[in-house]
Parts: sequence; structure tokens; C-alpha cells
Amino acid sequence: MNLTKEQCFEQLLLGKTVNSKGWLNDVRVAARAHALNFPSERHDDWRFTDLSALFQHAFYPVDSFAKLSLGEIEKFLIPDAIRLVFVDGCVAPELSDLKKTRAGVTVAPLADRLGDKSVETNFGRQAPYKQDSFVALNTNFFEDGAFVHVSGEVAAPIHILHIATRRDSPSAIYPRCLMVVEPNSRATVIEDYAGLDDGVYFSNAVTEVVLKDHAQLQHVRVQREEKNAFHIGHCWVEAGRGSVYTATSLAFGARVSRHTLHVTQQGEGAEMHLDGLALIAGRQIADTHTQIDHAAPRGKSVQLHKCIADGSAHAIFSGKIIVHEGAVGTDSAQSSRNLLLSGKAHIDTQPQLEIFNDDVKCKHGATVGQIDADALFFLKSRGLTEERARNLLTHAFAAEIIDKIPVPALVASLNRTILDERMSGVRS
Amino acid sequence: MLLEVKNLKASVDGVEILKGVDLTVRAGEVHAIMGINGSGKSTFSKVLAGHPDYTVTGGTAMFEGKNLFDLEPEERARAGLFLAFQYPVEIPGVSNSALLRLAYNTLQTERGLEELDPLEFDDLVQEKIKVVEMDASFLSRSVNEGFSGGEKKRNEILQMAVLEPKLAILDETDSGLDIDALRIVANGVNSLLTADNAVVMVTHYQRLLNYIVPDYVHVMDGGRIVRTGGKELALELEARGYDWLRAAA
Repeated sequence: MNLTKEQCFEQLLLGKTVNSKGWLNDVRVAARAHALNFPSERHDDWRFTDLSALFQHAFYPVDSFAKLSLGEIEKFLIPDAIRLVFVDGCVAPELSDLKKTRAGVTVAPLADRLGDKSVETNFGRQAPYKQDSFVALNTNFFEDGAFVHVSGEVAAPIHILHIATRRDSPSAIYPRCLMVVEPNSRATVIEDYAGLDDGVYFSNAVTEVVLKDHAQLQHVRVQREEKNAFHIGHCWVEAGRGSVYTATSLAFGARVSRHTLHVTQQGEGAEMHLDGLALIAGRQIADTHTQIDHAAPRGKSVQLHKCIADGSAHAIFSGKIIVHEGAVGTDSAQSSRNLLLSGKAHIDTQPQLEIFNDDVKCKHGATVGQIDADALFFLKSRGLTEERARNLLTHAFAAEIIDKIPVPALVASLNRTILDERMSGVRS
Repeated sequence: MLLEVKNLKASVDGVEILKGVDLTVRAGEVHAIMGINGSGKSTFSKVLAGHPDYTVTGGTAMFEGKNLFDLEPEERARAGLFLAFQYPVEIPGVSNSALLRLAYNTLQTERGLEELDPLEFDDLVQEKIKVVEMDASFLSRSVNEGFSGGEKKRNEILQMAVLEPKLAILDETDSGLDIDALRIVANGVNSLLTADNAVVMVTHYQRLLNYIVPDYVHVMDGGRIVRTGGKELALELEARGYDWLRAAA
């Protein structure tokens, strides 16, 4: 089926109405009114991102939920994690494991917690459902989501795993997540988007994160959707005084994906480390948009984003850093490093710095390179095949990001995936 | 016969560097190739290893009966040819031990032998590392990253020790080494020499030859070997310089 962009959105709007009571219903209705504010390719933010492959499809709501066994999702599991699993947007208690939660820590389906004051206060507060049609669609149609509330410290990583299954017709899925980390509290959360059986689906995810004063969050986001899937994700983070936010965002899968991360340093002396990696091949498109708003004094941000593009893939990075008038003493460093693995691959990188006061320390830079010919020859001279040598060097470039993930089991499984599967047979 | 090079000509960017090199190396022999900068000696070693920047324009190089120039660099390595690099490359993100194991297991497979798992390989490499008196901490570090010049050269010899090549070409392995590092590297190479393998040292200076004593010394000039002699030729070069040979050629 070949639709126009307008037809595609109209089809999405035919989705299944989810009824909620009270405040959430008001939010859903308000969001629906803005669902057709879809992006124009003339819009600066969407200039590089070709969504035409997405718009060709008619996506249908998920009306019956698949039952999966743990065995079917085994390769995604992280041992010793607190796990909340969603299948096609619906919570799957039989696949979840919440035993390691402790007093002060809530990991629960959002639908069960709508009466929670913290949910009502923070849900939809950051995500601009009145401006962005994808956020509006998510807010209107999300079936359920994850609510993570941390007071105190939780040692086990919290794994929010979204699995999309193969269905008869392309499906629209709306993962949603709200995280609130209370003052002086600390947690590690992994948002994980994966698919099964080569399904065609559109995963349109929205996450909101609130870090109270001196809270610390290690936030890992893994996008490993199926190769014919579409993924549009938005994440907003509000960082309080003295908070530390460490993010690692990885994009491996999907035919077309886009991740927008918008972080605002609301309180003084907040610190953030944003690392990102897009590793794509074939005809994949992966777009990462980040914005860091330094809105309070003496904030610190360090960002490293890497794109690796093989085949005729297209990777995009747009990283905006805004230092507001009052944000004196801001210390910010941004680096975009990129690796082109084929003559047909394409990388656009766009670092942007906007500074509205004099008392700042900001630096940024971008490089695009190819596999180092000397390193390649060295490895071949040690007996490695061309393919093996290239994979090793590609992986080494990616590993600088992956190795920062504070969950060793996840690091090991991602590294294995990249070395063994990802880069073999996808060059075209 | 391990290596037989006949009338080898090679160029880079259309400029002919090697203009007809002949060299024969048998098992159990140690050769030194000496010469001034630009004489072609480093080009010679890179051409034998298969560096893609160089084009072979004439001549042959047979390695145990196989035409080297029919083989990819990795196939030459698997056949038992090893090049110790003049400027070892740094590879951030690839650990020394991972690379050594990958390379070792590739050769094991080639030889029809079992691959070693990480634990088994660690036992092997702990023995090999003694050859170059390196600390085991170097194994977990990225290949050559942040290594000193001497450490990089020792790391090359460690790779040689693990891979046990039939023919090792050491390209200016002595350059940039202080006297202690030179002694360690030379001891390492000497301990690896057997009646079944051979070493070709490419070097500027006679100094290395005090430690690794060659059976043959060749002088390269203008892309050719212009003089071959025994180890005493190196001493003569040390005393008289290269000019008298260049004039003679």
C-alpha cells in the first residue's frame, strides 16, 4: 500500500480509543486535537530525515495481544534485573520480574498508577503533545506504559523491555514511560525496544524523566527494532539542582528511526553525560536529535555521539546546546565522531551551540572518517580476513560508547551481537 | 628454500622504488638488509607483506613454493610470513589479548588445529609474554594505545612469539629503542630462532646486529641489493659509512 503522509496520519488517527478516567482523559483529548501537526520536510528539524518509507504504510491498532514465552525473548533478558515487559504496548506480567524491587522503589504499569500524585503531576508536563504530532499520537493512543519511581537507592538495574511481534498487518505501538527519581536517590534504567520475527510495525515511544535535586540516573536506551520496523522516540529530561544524568542511547535497528532527547538543567550545578551511537547498514536511516538546555548556573554537560554507517545507510546527528542567559559558569563539551564504512553511506552531523551569556566554557567538534587503512593492513598482516578486520575496527569504534553502559551483562551481549551478527551480510 | 625473490620491481604512486631485488632465504638463516633512508629497504618488507599502497611491477617472490603475489596479506600471514612493523599502529578499543587470540586461532584453524578458548589461550600467552619481558597488564590494554616506542616494538615481537612464523621480517625494529629495550627485543628474537624458521632484519644501524648475529648482510641502495657479505660487512659499514658502496654501485 502506498499512502501519502496525510493519509498515513489519518489512518493512525483511526486507532483504538483508549478510555481513561479523569485527568488523563482530558490530556488524551487535548493531544488528539494536535495529532495532525505532522512534520514538514521543510521544517529545519526534519530536513535530513526521509520519512517516506514510514508514510507508505497503513498502521493498524493492536487489538489482540500476543502471548509470548520467556524462551522467545530470552536473548533480550538481562540477568538480575528488575524487569517490566510490554508486548506490542501491553504489559506482560508473566514475562516481568519485579522481585528485586524494594521499599521506596516502584516499577509498575502506568495504568495501575494513575491515582498516584507523582504520575498526575509529571505525566505530559514535558512532552509537547500540543506541538508534535508523534507525541500527540502517543499521548492519545498509548495503551499502557512504565512508571518508575525511585526513592532511595536501587542496586539492580531496571529493565523496561518493549517487544513488538509480527502481525498480519502493520501495527502502531505506543510505548510510554515516566520516571521520577526523588532527591538524593539513585537508579539505573534500561529502556529497550526490540522486535521479533521480522515484523513491520511503527513504534512511537515517549519517555519523560524527572530528576529531583541531587538525584542520579543512569539511563540506557537500546533501540534494536526489527529491520523493517519504524521507530520514533522522544525523551524529555528535567534535571534538578546537583543532579547527575548519564545517558547512553543506542540505535541499531529499524528501517527508519529517530530519537529525540531533550534535557533541561533546571537546577544549579546539574551534570550530564550524554553518549550516543547509531550503527546501521543496508538502507537504514537513523536520526538522533539532542538538545541540552543549560537553564541554571554552573551546569556541566559532556556529550559524545558516534554514527557508523555501512551499505547505503544514512545517519543523522543534530546536537543543539543552548546556554541561557542566567546559566553562568556553564561547562559544556560536545563531540560528534563518525565512521563511514561504504562509499554509498551518508552521514549528516550538525552540532549547534547557542550561548546567551559570557561566562561559559563551551567546546564542540565533529569528525567524519573511514576505516584506518594502516590498522586494516596491520590486522590482515596478522592473518585476519578483510571482513573480520573491518568488523573488529568497527566494533572498536562502537565499543567506546557501549563499554560505558554500567550493566556488564548488557555490554557483553551487545558486543557479541555486533561482532557476530550485526555487521555480517548487511553490506549492500 | 623459504623465500626466493627474483628481480622484484615495485612502485608507489607511479614512482619505481624497487628496481630489481634478488634475495634468497633458507630455513635457519638470519639476514640483515641495511641501507640509507630511501634505499628501498622498508618498501621491500612492505611489498613482501602485501601493503596495498605498493604495486608490484615485475619479478617474483616465492614463499615455500607459493607465489606471494597471488596471496592476500592475510593469506601470506597464514602461510607463515610475519612483518614486525616499523611504526606499529595503535588500535583503541581492541585489546591486545583479544587480537592475539583472534590471530592465533585464525592460524590454528588454517593448520587444522583446535582453537583455544580464552582460558587456554591465557596460559599460552603468559608464557610468551616472558620472551619480551612485558608486564601482563599490557595484555588487557588496547593494542599499542599509549605504549612507549619501546613497548610497541616489544609488542610486535610478542605477536611474533605467539604466531610462530616461518619467516619474520623485522622492519627497523631497533629504531627508537634504548639499549635496554634493544637487548630485550633482541633476546626475544634470538629465543624464537630455530632451524626451521628464518629472520630478515631491515635496519639502519649495525647496533642491532651485535645482539642478533646475521649469517648474511645485504646492502640496499637505489632499490637494489648492491652488496652481500657476512656479518663483517656490517662492521665495515659502521666504520666506513655507505658512500664507498654507493660510489662502487
